[in-house]
Amino acid sequence: MNHELIERSAAETAAAVNGGTISAVEVTRATLEHVHGVDREVGAYLTVLEDLAMERAADVDRRVAAGETLPLAGVPLAVKDNMCLRGTRTTCASRILEHWVAPYTATAVARAIDAGAIPIGKANCDEFAMGSSCENSALGVTRNPYDLTRVPGGSSGGSSAAVAAREAAIGLGSDTGGSIREPAAFCNLVGFKPTYGRVSRYGLIAFASSLDQIGPLTRNAGAVGSTSLDREVEPTAPALREDLRGLKIGLVREFDTAALGTLSSGLYQKAYDDLTKLGAEIVDVSLPTADYGLATYYLIAPAECSSNLARFDGVRYGLRVPGEDVRAMYDNTRAAGFGPEVKRRILIGTYALSSGYYDAYYVRAQKARTLIARDFEKAFADCDLIACPAASCAAFTFNAKSDPYSMYLMDYYTIPMSLAGLPALSVPCGWTDVEGGESPLPIGLQLCGPLFSERLLLGAAHAYESATGHARAHRPAVAART
Amino acid sequence: MSSDTIDIRHVAALARIALTDEEITRFSQELGDLLEHVRALEKLDTQSVAATAQVVESRNVLRADEVRPSLDREEVLSAAPQRQGAFFRVPRIIAE
Repeated sequence: MNHELIERSAAETAAAVNGGTISAVEVTRATLEHVHGVDREVGAYLTVLEDLAMERAADVDRRVAAGETLPLAGVPLAVKDNMCLRGTRTTCASRILEHWVAPYTATAVARAIDAGAIPIGKANCDEFAMGSSCENSALGVTRNPYDLTRVPGGSSGGSSAAVAAREAAIGLGSDTGGSIREPAAFCNLVGFKPTYGRVSRYGLIAFASSLDQIGPLTRNAGAVGSTSLDREVEPTAPALREDLRGLKIGLVREFDTAALGTLSSGLYQKAYDDLTKLGAEIVDVSLPTADYGLATYYLIAPAECSSNLARFDGVRYGLRVPGEDVRAMYDNTRAAGFGPEVKRRILIGTYALSSGYYDAYYVRAQKARTLIARDFEKAFADCDLIACPAASCAAFTFNAKSDPYSMYLMDYYTIPMSLAGLPALSVPCGWTDVEGGESPLPIGLQLCGPLFSERLLLGAAHAYESATGHARAHRPAVAART
Repeated sequence: MSSDTIDIRHVAALARIALTDEEITRFSQELGDLLEHVRALEKLDTQSVAATAQVVESRNVLRADEVRPSLDREEVLSAAPQRQGAFFRVPRIIAE
């Protein structure tokens, strides 16, 4: 087993394949061999695309031989299973789509493949991307490569586990309230949610359309910028920088890190000190309405989900459970096809949109959303970027958050940015020892910028990451098991 | 906001989901708890605030009106739970 090949970053692999020192077929073969060796333990993938991967790799080698230079030549890619890839099973980790084969390909996936990426597999997630631990998948268990007794985060937990375990170099995830940033923090990755609307949602199976955003998870920030998900607008290749001189970084007065427990709180303080050492000026900013983010989100997202998921009715695709009439067929199909968290959110959303309650719940939440977005606008008048934790804690053990609301709290720090449509990312910022844990667990620093500030954001993350090197401090033991 | 308890049977009927008695008990409790949390929004003064319609200001963009292939009919129909020739087959909705 050639470990050197699976350790390479996306940029290193692409450079080697474009330069002809290694073929995409060799990289793909090494990656698939590694997947077969470790995925039984990690459970990152619901479907491994062995044949398609080898076919794409051969195609990339032909294109490179013909003189093309591809930004993602031969880079192993994990695709969250809520994105369509023609001819492959696309399940959303749900019983209702368990056997559905997509008849078209999502734009983001098509562009990554066209840029030379090799789709290794479809990655597990929380059912319909609803959750923060991957435990809501109806089709499989995904474990955190840094501690197999813990969750990989969610909802893009299969993508984060795949990249952390070296079963891919880039994972495509989707983020509605934190579903890229939190699993990235739990798995020692950079996870990037671009500005709302920056990346096409075509072929991303909808959860909450005013919030859903596709983005990458990688082992370093430079690679995030090279994913070229969307070429229609200014490229997101980061303005790479060595330091943070001239940047004002805001710390949010209302985000009390003491609530995180002393150890993590100390780690975040150290991260903020490191930002200063790199030349940033730390300023105090206020987001008075950010504390209302969770309440706002848990009305808006379920409302949109109840509407989007109405399409799963047993008629045109997916599961059908018969009943005595058409109405019973709908009721039975959706009862058998959806898991508890999806039902919970459809019910709360249906209630919030129902006659007599719409103004009290949905409209009020959309007004709160306006206030939250305004708070960010005011804050960005005084700073270039905002820094805060990416999650409320490090990866937790299975079944530790059985009360739905305690799971929702995981996204406390990520939801306000989602509601405001802002670009934000999580970058590794340290390791915390947990009682009874086998090894230290990673934690993530969240950086957030104004709308369309991707270049600045990625450049700052790259400078912080290069200077601190937290991500390189530990490797998951499971990655070496082949 | 109303403090009414949710009539979960009515909501489930609107959402077209058959619930077991156990689910009715559990979801009534859980959704009631969640509504308690979202009541926090009552504290915000939203009287003169416009509801968010979009977070990133944008205009409609029209694509060129070109003939392009649509989804392959056979591929789409092959995913149907039940089909009859070129049609999706559904349960009878009009009595004989």
